[in-house]
Amino acid sequence: MTVIEEIPYSRAVPSALGGWINRNAPVLCVFAAIFAGWELAVRTLGIPDFILPSPSTIVIKIVLSWQLLLWNAFVTLQEILLGFGLSVAVAIPLAIAVVYSGIFERVAFPFMVSLQTIPKVALAPILVMWLGYGIMPKVMVAFLISFFPIVINSVIGMRSAEKEMIYLVQSMGAGELTTFIKIRLPKALPSIFGGLKVGMGQAVVGATVGEFIAAENGLGYLQLISQVRLDTPLLFAAVVVLSILGVLLFNIVGLVERLALPWSRVATQSE
Amino acid sequence: MIRDDRSALAAKPSGAGVPIMLRNVSKRYRAARGGEVQALGEIDLSVGAGEFVSIVGPSGCGKSTLLMLIAGLIPPTTGVIEVDTRAVKGAVDNIAIVFQRDVLLDWRTVLGNVLLPVEIKKLDPSTHRLKARELLRSVGLAEFEEKYPAELSGGMRQRAAICRALVQDPGLLLMDEPFGALDALTREQMNLDLQRMWLRDRNTVLFITHSIEEAVLLSDRVVVMSSRPGCIADIVMNDLPRPRGAHTRSEAGFLEHVERIRRHFLALGVLSET
Repeated sequence: MTVIEEIPYSRAVPSALGGWINRNAPVLCVFAAIFAGWELAVRTLGIPDFILPSPSTIVIKIVLSWQLLLWNAFVTLQEILLGFGLSVAVAIPLAIAVVYSGIFERVAFPFMVSLQTIPKVALAPILVMWLGYGIMPKVMVAFLISFFPIVINSVIGMRSAEKEMIYLVQSMGAGELTTFIKIRLPKALPSIFGGLKVGMGQAVVGATVGEFIAAENGLGYLQLISQVRLDTPLLFAAVVVLSILGVLLFNIVGLVERLALPWSRVATQSE
Repeated sequence: MIRDDRSALAAKPSGAGVPIMLRNVSKRYRAARGGEVQALGEIDLSVGAGEFVSIVGPSGCGKSTLLMLIAGLIPPTTGVIEVDTRAVKGAVDNIAIVFQRDVLLDWRTVLGNVLLPVEIKKLDPSTHRLKARELLRSVGLAEFEEKYPAELSGGMRQRAAICRALVQDPGLLLMDEPFGALDALTREQMNLDLQRMWLRDRNTVLFITHSIEEAVLLSDRVVVMSSRPGCIADIVMNDLPRPRGAHTRSEAGFLEHVERIRRHFLALGVLSET
């Protein structure tokens, strides 16, 4: 009689956090190495804080001025969400119009695509001139810059339904509205979410750039002030908070996508 | 052996199938760079209720166009089409289509896909739900009801697509090369499955295929088409006993029909022996 001993491939980590650490171990190691090298370099070479603060200095700065950062992050978040929301509200109906209306397809869509070549950031000073120093110019820059990826991805998605799919539901007696609800829209959702993810990232850029040009608060404004005062640790702290904000917003869109499209994960896993 | 069309129809047990009639039907498309393309010449064809008719022909002979015309999805340039003795104007009720691509909706489960026509036609959900599950069980997909199409193999997906067509009890089943994308072995099994379901339900079936053997195995009649413009070159009657199976393929009658159809394609220049 033989005794079969089970040998585990790796030590099982039971908790969800443990699982996350296990999966992302290589990335975490790379980050740890970079920050350790940075810290070491700043200390051994005696680089002054106003040129390059060490990671620990930045962390301390974030902890000490968390109220200032949080307040300004809240302002920027508002601009991002308003700009992004406006983008979605305009882009999706416009995409439907492009897919269904010949005039929109032949005139409006090429016009929009050619407009896309304008660097939207370059329009920011004009918007400030027109809309003043309030929240509006930042919202508009965030809107302009996040609008195009959403509308273009939505149009591509809504056009992606196969001819046979459309024939199939038409043969069942479906009208245009039913075809849209049952086929075109669900078929377009993965592509639309792709556009929303890019658009969200762009909205963060738009709001920040808007604040660079003219603002009285917000993370971009905080950066400008810190730069003028040579408060480099605060400058870096603002970058960190801005990055966290961007990652959070991107992941929220990703989470909504996973909840809305459970089948999409199945499709990518089996390929 | 030549048999009178009518007597063949009279001998059929009654079922869900509806008759089809095409008179002088032709279709011209406007070409992209001006001019017109004659996709389909004058077609006269009648199919009896519950009959299984295959259409074989070279690529571009307008087979698929013919199917779309009968489904009422595109209008004919000339002629009259009747399904169930009513002239076709717009999408026809009481039919179902199966394409070469299964076109299952990725975002619906297998059961959800099968129930799509029930939702769109606003049929009674509870009785059709039972019917859908029964159909899925009959093709061995009972355990896959709640799976998404991406988790299924090609043959399983096409089976689900056929269940989706049959759930509405269609009087007429239009199939456009339904097994063309499957491997040879799966295809043979699907042929037998389709025959079994047809013998049970007796829908009228119009079956388009590139495979002469498949057409002869399944059909009561095989319509041979020539191309540009698509016309009927011959209609082969086939009364080999049913149910047919692997053994049928070696029978003299089977081989005779296959040979006769192949000779047409040789004569039309679709096949060449040199």
